[in-house]
Amino acid sequence: MKELKFYCTPLPGTEIKPYSGKLIVIEGTDYVGRTTQVNLLRTWLESTGNAVLDTGMTRSVLAGRGIKKARAGHTLGRLAMQLYYLTDFADRLENEILPALRAGFIVLTDRYIYSALARAVVRGIDPQWIRAIYGVALVPDAVFYLRIHSAEELARRVIDSERDFDYWESGMDLRLGADYYESFVAYQSLLLREFDRMSGEYGFEIVDASRSVRRVASKLRHSVARVIEEKLLTERATFTTGSTRPEVIKRTTLSAQDSAIENPKSDAAKVA
Amino acid sequence: MSISSHCDQEISGAFPIKALTHHHPSYAQQHYPGQLFVVEGTDGSGKSTQLSLLYQWLKSEGHSVVFSEWNSSPLVKDTTRRAKKRRLFTPTTFSLLHATDFADRIERNIIPPLKAGAIVLADRYIYTAFARDVARGCNRSWVRELYKFAIKPTAAFFFRTPLDVAIDRIVSTRPKLKFYEVGMDMDWAQEEEESFRIFQGRVLSEYDRMVKEFDFTVIDGTQPIPLQQRQIRAIVSSYLTKTREKAVLKK
Repeated sequence: MKELKFYCTPLPGTEIKPYSGKLIVIEGTDYVGRTTQVNLLRTWLESTGNAVLDTGMTRSVLAGRGIKKARAGHTLGRLAMQLYYLTDFADRLENEILPALRAGFIVLTDRYIYSALARAVVRGIDPQWIRAIYGVALVPDAVFYLRIHSAEELARRVIDSERDFDYWESGMDLRLGADYYESFVAYQSLLLREFDRMSGEYGFEIVDASRSVRRVASKLRHSVARVIEEKLLTERATFTTGSTRPEVIKRTTLSAQDSAIENPKSDAAKVA
Repeated sequence: MSISSHCDQEISGAFPIKALTHHHPSYAQQHYPGQLFVVEGTDGSGKSTQLSLLYQWLKSEGHSVVFSEWNSSPLVKDTTRRAKKRRLFTPTTFSLLHATDFADRIERNIIPPLKAGAIVLADRYIYTAFARDVARGCNRSWVRELYKFAIKPTAAFFFRTPLDVAIDRIVSTRPKLKFYEVGMDMDWAQEEEESFRIFQGRVLSEYDRMVKEFDFTVIDGTQPIPLQQRQIRAIVSSYLTKTREKAVLKK
């Protein structure tokens, strides 16, 4: 069990009771493969018997649809954009993330507040202000930052995905370049710089996203297993009220999960 | 993991973004050629009546006047309507969606006319959010932080009306009060009218504590309508003559 810890101001009416779930964040710029990795992690976690909730930006019942509509019309101003996304975030935090954590779920989130902070800051928004208003956010158990070497590498991924450059992913509202390609590279470079800057501030665990999907997945499983390790330990300790020695539990769960990482389809994965 | 950066005030210098030079302004820091007058008060305080009289007068005097209403952004309208109907709001998201609405309005209909030198009249401003959201339990300083991007008005008129008078006006003129309007989301009371009374009482006490904080011009909302209007016009006139030499004011 862990105390709820917020970055600054807790949400009104939130009971600050300890919770047993884990909040795991996958962050990074566009096209680093976040969504793919979240899906792989979810499948793996469920196969090892963990209840998982996954969530991500603009998926709230309250504001998701409105944001998508505003984005499609390219009518979202600099300030309104930040507050609309914060509304979306708060709705998911109150109605999805916190209840799931209390129920002992592993919450996997595809982007968290850091993408919102980066987007705001590169748009000239006061970094202090955006951090203060996102102070309602819960401090996660782990943040994995999928990092890529350059914006040019991201641009190649867009082309390989056979999609067009997106208006917002290219930061077209900022008029940073002569065309979509130039704007995309300039905008994503600013975002990369902002993410790098936040790495130390928020203690991101950096994962090299230039490597193959399989290698990134394996790295994430290792690291996530470590986070869950603590969860199992504390749960069993509470459940058996001290009759089992924690060292024993640690050894069994670790070995089972290690083999699950090497070979996700093995029986060990199911046992774990 | 650092938590302090979300609360302390000493990190702003550390983010030199070269590509973008425009600076994000905060409350009380802008100086636009236009003038911004806002009216505030509980429901039924008579502020909208007074503002529309002021609008007519300023127009007839030949000024460029823009009227801006609370909760009117086309960007957020559908989301708000749906959320009210399906009762999706918590105090936090209620506060945030209204802040989004306001941000869109300020970027679209308040700052541009102020830059152009027009007079902007706002029926409700950020103080409405400060009063309502805090009445709903939001953190007082968090809500103020949320609206830090707002522009400090030239003058903010607070129409102070005793609770009973305001409630009588609303109940007698409006056939049906809405769920969030009466504060039924807060479970303060079983009865709508009782809930409304509690809510408006809390709102009024928040307004009262803001009088000094934001230097409100208090207007006694129980006075006859023409008398209130005379007071407002006199104050607005003095601001206009002070800062706009071109304004020719005939009394």
